[in-house]
Amino acid sequence: MSGLIPTIGLEVHVQLRTQSKLFSPAPNAAGDQPNTRVDVVDLGLPGTLPVINARAIALAVRAAIAFGGEVQPVSHFARKHYFYPDLPKGYQISQYEDPYCRGGSVPLGNNRACKLTRIHLEEDAGKLIHTDAGTLIDLNRAGVPLIEIVGEPELHDPADAHAFLLQLREIVRFTGVSDGDMELGSLRCDANISMAAVGAPLGTKVEIKNLNSLKMVQRALEYEIRRQTAVLATGGLIRQETRLWNDEQAETRPMRSKEMADDYRYFPDPDLLPLCCDESLIANERANLSELPAARRERYRTTFGLPEHDVTVLTSERVLGDYFESLAIAAGEVKAASNWVMTDVLQAVRDRNLALENFPVKPAALGELLRSIARGELTMVSAKQAFARMLDRGEDAHTAIETLGLHKITEESVLAPLVAAAIAALPAATADIKRGQMRALDALKGHVMRATRGRADPTAVDRLLKQQLGS
Amino acid sequence: MSVSHQLGARAIAARVQSGELRASDVAQAHLQRIRELDPQLHAFVELWPERALQSAAAIDRAQRSGQTLGPLAGVPVAIKDNLLCQGQISACGSKMLERFVSPYTATAVARLEQLGAILLGRTNMDEFGMGSSTERSAFGPTRNPWQMSHVPGGSSGGSAAAVAADFCPLALGSDTGGSVRQPAAMCGVTGLKPTYGRVSRSGLVAYASSLDCVGVIGRAIEDVALGLQIAGDDERDSTCAKRTVPNYLQELDGRKDLRGIRVGIVREFEEATGDEGIKLAVRTAQEQLRACGGTIVEVALPSVKHAVATYYLLASTEASSNLARYDGVRYGHRTAHTRRLDELYEQSRSEGFGAEVQLRILLGTFALQKGYQDQIYGQATRVRAMLAADFAYAFTQCDVLASATSPMPSFALGSKLQDPIAMYWCDALTVPASLAGLPALSLPCGFAVERLPAGLQLTAPKFAESLLLQVGSVFQQQTNWHLQRPLS
Repeated sequence: MSGLIPTIGLEVHVQLRTQSKLFSPAPNAAGDQPNTRVDVVDLGLPGTLPVINARAIALAVRAAIAFGGEVQPVSHFARKHYFYPDLPKGYQISQYEDPYCRGGSVPLGNNRACKLTRIHLEEDAGKLIHTDAGTLIDLNRAGVPLIEIVGEPELHDPADAHAFLLQLREIVRFTGVSDGDMELGSLRCDANISMAAVGAPLGTKVEIKNLNSLKMVQRALEYEIRRQTAVLATGGLIRQETRLWNDEQAETRPMRSKEMADDYRYFPDPDLLPLCCDESLIANERANLSELPAARRERYRTTFGLPEHDVTVLTSERVLGDYFESLAIAAGEVKAASNWVMTDVLQAVRDRNLALENFPVKPAALGELLRSIARGELTMVSAKQAFARMLDRGEDAHTAIETLGLHKITEESVLAPLVAAAIAALPAATADIKRGQMRALDALKGHVMRATRGRADPTAVDRLLKQQLGS
Repeated sequence: MSVSHQLGARAIAARVQSGELRASDVAQAHLQRIRELDPQLHAFVELWPERALQSAAAIDRAQRSGQTLGPLAGVPVAIKDNLLCQGQISACGSKMLERFVSPYTATAVARLEQLGAILLGRTNMDEFGMGSSTERSAFGPTRNPWQMSHVPGGSSGGSAAAVAADFCPLALGSDTGGSVRQPAAMCGVTGLKPTYGRVSRSGLVAYASSLDCVGVIGRAIEDVALGLQIAGDDERDSTCAKRTVPNYLQELDGRKDLRGIRVGIVREFEEATGDEGIKLAVRTAQEQLRACGGTIVEVALPSVKHAVATYYLLASTEASSNLARYDGVRYGHRTAHTRRLDELYEQSRSEGFGAEVQLRILLGTFALQKGYQDQIYGQATRVRAMLAADFAYAFTQCDVLASATSPMPSFALGSKLQDPIAMYWCDALTVPASLAGLPALSLPCGFAVERLPAGLQLTAPKFAESLLLQVGSVFQQQTNWHLQRPLS
């Protein structure tokens, strides 16, 4: 049925990367044995009171600035009531009428953006684990700090919803606000969608939950557009409801109505003072924020002239880009720095399961190594050996090169006998070369390289080989 | 050594510090008296004799080794059943929490112990603090030591009765709408509700969070001053005031008369005090304050006529939220009759909560309903703000307010149980200070009729506890009501 356009709004829950929970000193960390990361506050024991985690507020403010929202000088926490076994207090502490941030937007690429209604702070609920023996409760997640980012219903294409989430995820990761992992649940999305004719008022809104990846969001929205279009085409009415996405069946199904509370009886939480975000906190987080990924990508393209692949890899994580930039300065060479970061550095991070924040080879040390290569003092093979030692022992480049004796051998008096030995050792290859099969030169060169543990200057070896073979 | 159960907290601490008395003997003597007399009174829900004697022995050892002891060293105290104490049951007067053993200790209780006090046990109360007679306890009522057929007031009726019966010179209660002051008045003892936020609420089982205060009950004002030393900031309670805490006992010595003190008589409070005996006792007390050098001024609190309605709406609203956690899932009473989730909630709560608690949860739930919220909850918060403004204006004309604590003396057990509205009116004179977050003190000031005490309520601006205690101290220097005993 043509003429109908979808209108999509997204609500995204983002877990904040704090040490402890939003209102209790219990650690905020996924995993571990059930109910081990809990405090009396998280269990909702009698007499317990919430105390706000200043670090969570700082990260929430940082997110607000990153999305260009307006941080409210004063906001309030409210209690949202419903009964469910994963909610120990019988209410969730959230923000209702006075969120800490209003407005802002998420970039969609190509100079487009989706406006945000608001961002508010709230605590996460626990988890239910359904087993054959019955339902179990794990409250490790209860009280984990969340921000809920509420987008305006102004998207009209599931692909835009995908772009919205992609960009949002990148920003929260890049700014250190969150791990932003949809599979692990540190980033969760609910979508709402309605269909209406162009120019007509918005149609009936359907909410979709259980969207655990970017792909699922897009597929669920595409499915829902087909479903609603079909219903409307046959003269049916869309029911206002919440539907759950079933990824295996690739369809949405109505959520059982008892899982929805219709009146949360919000009221201001009397246990908490109004939340005040003063100018110094905002200024501080603005300083912590630095550059956002889009701006950084643009700078890597234009200022550094890096190819698109390098730009994408280096801006995937803030620390990676930071390391690259320090290295580029230390090495005095952009492309070489980029190559080393994308290959050797990232591989070491992966192989040795390291965090880039405390990578044993600092950009200054690696820069020194790159400068040695640029000056022709080191072959690439030797450089990799030096790098391995620097990784193992935390030595600087100079020490590693000296200790391993890696300086390039360019002297003809040293190399000439080695070239002669190679020719003598590999008569078959020598014969091939004489027949004009120049690829066999590589075998001879390799022989010399092995004899010098990679230190022989390849150009000098080339020249001597040609000399001695008389070709 | 025989220990007089009539000794006050200050006297006990001084003698324990000097070695004249052993804390163990003091504890033993008080436990003995409780065992003899409490079966009739039922002030205590549970005694902790082992814990008490262990703590007392530790105080005695510290004394012998020459350590400096706290200002409440060896003083036996009782705590209301809604203040948590690690390893002990805190049942809050409810079947819901009948077997709930607390894994942590309330800040107020921990500080009491740090000051050297010996915890004797937990005292009876109206379920979750909801009541004015202690008849709403799941564990049976407490009786008034002055008149066994009568109620001790509530909800801290157990603590007030325990102090009146000389079971302990000091007890902790909690006051949401008068729950320390009203039973203190009805039992003829001294009770202080501090400024909201003066004492940490951490570990006090919440009834109405914006009103709940831990309060102190004693016989003499100096003991209440000592007990208030539990005040002060607490990182576990964001609403707790970050203000320094004066030495309240020392501040008492600063004043010998009331010269320069303007005592406000509230027109609306006088009109609301219906009982002739109470009226007469309070008028006499006000006259005594003037005789001590105070100046009497008449002030008005026009919004006070809405205070009871406002209080019951706000308190019930917060209660409906605070009590949502008692759902039978993680702790507390769980029904044995179903495993279906919605029925589990419904039946656990229906079985675990008493009638008054259920009534208030329903009222509070209604007040927050979509569509009614602004008309009911919103309106109540606006009236509350008006009332606070009335008090602020009154305190430009006077320094303390003097009124009756309760408009009526204690009444016979069962006589008001069928009439919740009549019961709520017991709180007409106490809820205004609660709504405004002000400190208020109830002092014994005579008898409405024979063996039914009357209470004088003094109210002061926020954080003026020292002034309240000073005025109370001057009053007690001139009167001997606080020295009268219901039981020998």
